[in-house]
Amino acid sequence: MIEQAVTPGVAIQQRGPRSLVTDTWFVFWREMLLPLRDPFSLIFSLIQPLVFLGLFGPLLGSAVGAPAFGGQSTLQWFLPGVVVMIALFGTSMTGSNLQYELMTGSYERILATPLSRSSLMIGRALKEWAPLVVQGLLISVVCIPFGFVFHPLHVLLGLVILGIFGIGLGALSYALALVSQNKEWIFWGVQQTLLFPLMILSGIMLPIEAGPGWMKVASLFNPLTYLVNAERELFAGRIGMDTAWGLVAAVVTAAVGLVVGIRTISRNTN
Amino acid sequence: MTVIHTKKLTKTFTVKKETVEAVKGVDIDVAPGELVAFLGPNGAGKSTTLRMLTTLLRPTSGSATVAGVDVEKDPAGVRARIGYIGQGNGGGHSYRVIDELIMQGRFYGMNTSEAKARAETLMASLDLGDLAKRTVIKLSGGQRRRMDVALGLMHSPGLLFLDEPSTGMDPQNRANLCEHIMRMREEHGTTIVLTTHYMDEADSMSERVIVIDHGTIIADDTASRLKANLAGDLLAVEVAAGSASEVRGLLGRAAAEGDIQENAYDGVVRFRLRLAQGAQLAPGLLKEMHDAGAPAQSLELKPPTLDDVFLELTGRSLREGAEV
Repeated sequence: MIEQAVTPGVAIQQRGPRSLVTDTWFVFWREMLLPLRDPFSLIFSLIQPLVFLGLFGPLLGSAVGAPAFGGQSTLQWFLPGVVVMIALFGTSMTGSNLQYELMTGSYERILATPLSRSSLMIGRALKEWAPLVVQGLLISVVCIPFGFVFHPLHVLLGLVILGIFGIGLGALSYALALVSQNKEWIFWGVQQTLLFPLMILSGIMLPIEAGPGWMKVASLFNPLTYLVNAERELFAGRIGMDTAWGLVAAVVTAAVGLVVGIRTISRNTN
Repeated sequence: MTVIHTKKLTKTFTVKKETVEAVKGVDIDVAPGELVAFLGPNGAGKSTTLRMLTTLLRPTSGSATVAGVDVEKDPAGVRARIGYIGQGNGGGHSYRVIDELIMQGRFYGMNTSEAKARAETLMASLDLGDLAKRTVIKLSGGQRRRMDVALGLMHSPGLLFLDEPSTGMDPQNRANLCEHIMRMREEHGTTIVLTTHYMDEADSMSERVIVIDHGTIIADDTASRLKANLAGDLLAVEVAAGSASEVRGLLGRAAAEGDIQENAYDGVVRFRLRLAQGAQLAPGLLKEMHDAGAPAQSLELKPPTLDDVFLELTGRSLREGAEV
């Protein structure tokens, strides 16, 4: 028998107090159930950054002279970039998981619950970011024997800044998935087209200082540049102006992402 | 007191620079405990209306109050007070059935143990008991639809919306779903609003049918009254060719002349007519025919369907409605 402790025909009142934090937690937790039920996917996702560190790192060291790294070891310089790259790939794909749910009815089902619209985006973006904390710490530890100097608290702060940036990028990815509904290729086309120029122009792979003048100018307009600089400073164990600018870039990205994301959701629904 | 109250509720879409009026100013009032079906062909505006009531679409103009809350002023408040079972499958493909049900309960503010207990009760009652740890993608179509129902009922809504609940289900599962919904209503007096383009579903499940066509309400009454007032029973009698003129006269007194069709073949004339209260009138009619020396050779009596009602109202059949 289906039990309902409700006065006949009268709609129930909502139960607990609602807040953005609890709503976001629920959305985040639902998303986290997937990797938790299938943990192999998390282990697998560690392979890609290790490949970059193991195969690209050494090439980088011999191709570019040490002066371009500001006196740091190649690893010390490259590792923060790889961490930013994982965050970039992960959170920019937030929308792709949504696309599947848009095709079935599960996104609509969740839209019909009282969850707030911003929690839907923030929760999903945080889910893409959360494994990064584990990955970032793990990779740092793995790199210690190879000469990486690990500053745990600085690294942690760096990951928090990345998380703020990830909320913004995740929300933009979410909005892109909504806009390109029923046309998956648009999502991937836009995501890939933007991702690589942004990545190269931020100096993740190779120092931008070694490039031509116009690239240096272009990189100033890329929020990712400030983020990468901040991470480099933090991973080197310092907190200074680069960190501050990185935090500003992250907060601005988060604000822009949330505004665009929430507008996109509410253009069609309430 | 009404659970749903709309005033001139309107939705227009812009498709390729052309404005399409999907819903043209509908006024609907639903009282607590009612079971109402929006019936109409595909594209009639019934799902659009439902989506405005459930805050999934913003009305272009007009107003709607659902469970005492204005859909535009406090959409989240509306969502907290209603249940919604959409056209698609609500369970995420890669999730386990039990996980999705518990999360759904959490979304509505239940705590985990409360949600777990409720999920188990629902799974048992919807024959999903053995499937708790199955991932949604491995469920059959019928199981998925029953899971949708479980998702919609997790928080025990007093007002439940169902959008085309049985589309794509086989007859057995349709009957099953219908039974679940009817039982829930009998036991708890839930107010239910559903859309359907299956006339038999509207007929068997709901007391009140709102017929929607081209974005407007063209009829709103109980299914039995709609049928009695708008369609009547279909009566077919066959008599020997020699008695045709007497019978024509007799039938002419019972029904308007234009409504009687005649076919003659093999020395037999077959009359077909729509007759309000045909079942009650038929015995007397047979006796009159017998007394007049024009006995019936055969008689067929078919109660009207909502399709007949729709045909009477629009000149189109619901079945072909999609193409019109």
